[in-house]
Amino acid sequence: MGNRVTIDPITRIEGHLRIEVEIEGGKVKDAWSSGQMFRGIEIILQGRDPRDAHHFVQRSCGVCTYTHALASVRAVEAAVNVTIPPNARLIRNLLHGAQFQHDHLVHFYHLHALDWVDIVSALKADPAKTAALADNVSNASVGGTAYYKAVQQRLQTFVDSGQLGPFSNAYWGHPAYKLPPEANLMAAAHYIEALKLQARTARMHAVFGAKNPHLQSLVVGGVTCVKDLTPDRIAEFLYMWKETQEFIQNVYIPDLLAVASFYKDWGAIGGTTNFLAYGDFPGSEKEPESLYLPGGVIMKRDITKVAAMQQDKVVESVTHSWYEDGDAKHPYKGETKPKHGEYDTAKKYSWLKAPRYEGEPCEVGPLARVLVAYGKGHPEIKKLVDDTVKKLDIPVTALFSTLGRTAARALETIAIGNAMEGWINELVTNIKNGDTRTYTAWQMPDKGMGYGLNDVPRGALGHWIEIENKKIKNYQYVVPSTWNLGPRCAKGKKGPVEEALIGTPIADPAKPLEVLRTVHSFDPCIACAVHVIDPNSNQVYKIRVV
Amino acid sequence: MENEKQFYDRLEQRGVSRRDFMKYCTFLTATMGLSSSFVPKVAEVFAAPKQRPPVVWLHFGECTGCSEALLRTRYPYIDDLVLEVLSVEYHETIMAAAGHQAEEQLQSAIKKYEGKFICVVEGAVATKYDGAYGKVGNRTFLQIAKDVCPKAAAVIAIGTCASYGGVQAAAPNPGGYVGVGEALGIKTLNIPGCPPNPINFVGTVVNYLLLGKLPDLDSLGRPLFAYGKTIHDQCPRRSHFENNEFVLEFGSKEAQMGYCLYKMGCRGPETYNNCPIVQFNDGTNWPVGAGHPCLGCSEPNFWDKFSPFYQEM
Repeated sequence: MGNRVTIDPITRIEGHLRIEVEIEGGKVKDAWSSGQMFRGIEIILQGRDPRDAHHFVQRSCGVCTYTHALASVRAVEAAVNVTIPPNARLIRNLLHGAQFQHDHLVHFYHLHALDWVDIVSALKADPAKTAALADNVSNASVGGTAYYKAVQQRLQTFVDSGQLGPFSNAYWGHPAYKLPPEANLMAAAHYIEALKLQARTARMHAVFGAKNPHLQSLVVGGVTCVKDLTPDRIAEFLYMWKETQEFIQNVYIPDLLAVASFYKDWGAIGGTTNFLAYGDFPGSEKEPESLYLPGGVIMKRDITKVAAMQQDKVVESVTHSWYEDGDAKHPYKGETKPKHGEYDTAKKYSWLKAPRYEGEPCEVGPLARVLVAYGKGHPEIKKLVDDTVKKLDIPVTALFSTLGRTAARALETIAIGNAMEGWINELVTNIKNGDTRTYTAWQMPDKGMGYGLNDVPRGALGHWIEIENKKIKNYQYVVPSTWNLGPRCAKGKKGPVEEALIGTPIADPAKPLEVLRTVHSFDPCIACAVHVIDPNSNQVYKIRVV
Repeated sequence: MENEKQFYDRLEQRGVSRRDFMKYCTFLTATMGLSSSFVPKVAEVFAAPKQRPPVVWLHFGECTGCSEALLRTRYPYIDDLVLEVLSVEYHETIMAAAGHQAEEQLQSAIKKYEGKFICVVEGAVATKYDGAYGKVGNRTFLQIAKDVCPKAAAVIAIGTCASYGGVQAAAPNPGGYVGVGEALGIKTLNIPGCPPNPINFVGTVVNYLLLGKLPDLDSLGRPLFAYGKTIHDQCPRRSHFENNEFVLEFGSKEAQMGYCLYKMGCRGPETYNNCPIVQFNDGTNWPVGAGHPCLGCSEPNFWDKFSPFYQEM
């Protein structure tokens, strides 16, 4: 047996995650992913007013803010059978698009970059050479020798203060860091630029959503921000959108390409096998036909065959999760009999269940969406992917990797950002034509069932609701990080992140930087992933198939 | 001062004039309820801190929304706050270190700065089964709180979860979650909200740096400068309330005219916070401004006390 290494806490994610790997001969031989917290929001929802659900579930996560609220109002709208007006759909798409822009930007620079960028090495960079490098690879609006000198000086002052704060005790100087000092300085400068930009990007949410995080303008039936459908508010949104999209095109993408060119070996590390996308961004009332990002399933990496997604093929296994043993079941019929026990990787080791599609683990998220769209011949995504692999001089198959996952995230950010412009124009046209409808009135039925399938920054997200006596009888959500970070299933098949870690080279088991690279590439969100359990009541939750 | 000059140079470089910055300091000083004579001193806190005060930020049962809210702050933008104003010794969402290196960092910070660091707690503490529902580095939230909080100079509970339990403490509170003050039997300074406006956190910290003490609090542990008045008393739609001009349906003519949301379930009359004045995301908007009733998210137990939300009080 190889050397077991535990990383707990995994930092630069949302929530509490523990990763354990077994290392043999300088490579990861086996891996276990464990969710370490639960809160019980689905139980809290029972018996409440269905109109309130989105406020509760939005608090599943402040990083993926908005997404659960959106999924929830969609599920309730399906259950009460109301169709929202086109303006409400457009505003929701715009807020959702802004969430992708914000979330992916923050992930790349603030949650993921330090796995690839050595901040300490940046102190050794030549500012003039850095400026030349930046001019060569990017169209960033800020730069030049003086700028990079100032950034370097700022970092130096910070280091000299002896108070390293969030940069303390990290893996600086690790042999797996490959960037030259100049590339590190450029990335460090953009880390700081992006930190400032994201605060402005988030203002898009405030314009039509009151605030960020935790927007407050969605209601079942539409949106409340009818008063904000004015030229000045739309212009404000447009300004933030443009500034963000320019940064994405001129800085984020060039940085991604520049960093990736030093880490091409990661195009063969960290891949998984099967991919699932629900799709999102409806262009009309017709779903899934009108979705801008399509849904679909890819098995065994065969992107020439994208199967239609059928939700009745989803089951959840609990064999290695802290629940009483039982057969793998469809989430609608799922029984939850929690049984907290010891952490034992041979038996039970996580609060996350193990979702499977046709019995197989599936990766969800940017890579799954981009592969599905590519396989279906989505024109924008296809062009973006083809251009990128050409620039990096790598085959399309290199996408099945940690590098591919990180690249896919950036590419879909561009595509969605571009699509946002169309939605803004549509909104303006509607208002010009006198259509300011943002809400459809509706009545709460005594009984109803509905679900909303969504694709959010971290992947496929489904919410299901059952209403009885005008109250929530049952509420369930299956979230992206449960798909990606879940444990083994009854058949012993590893979850996607567990599979992805196998074969990862480890230079120094005491500093498993390489493990973080792959784990972070999934952008884990554990508060979302574990929210369902009540070990105290041992309650059984059942939702029928609709 | 040399530091101060560097600071203004940096601001200029980023297109922020000294005048803009002083305007912000005036705004912040007013938000904090201090007289205008404090404005230059407030500016000095950002421009030339002597030693950056160490902060240990703990995450328990929460959604990280409060950290995200702080990331949206400006003047100081978050990079200034992290690089030049505070010394964030431990914060799982932003720190580079992970695993046992992160654990080491926490231990060395609380040892090195014992009695001197500000402990910020985000999230509620699970108390059932000795707190076994939430762990970091194989220690329960409760064990970590008991280890770290008593060693701090002050404990600031950021957000409604750390202050009073929050969403996971809503009935039937499956995890037995409580605020950190209640979990430890200590008094905390509370900055509730879901999430709170970051300016109320920054104001509290500046108050501490400036005057060497925490601001005055109400009976619920909230700084009076931010939570001294109700939303209703400061609401720009108040005159519509007085004139009986109410929204009765979302998206309606009345909604378009910005009438009062009282009959749609607004909890502004019972909620103490400064949202109408400071607004969110750089003063861009706030819930009532976006046509949605106030949920009362800075009040203890609002998830149960104020719901169902879309019914008139």
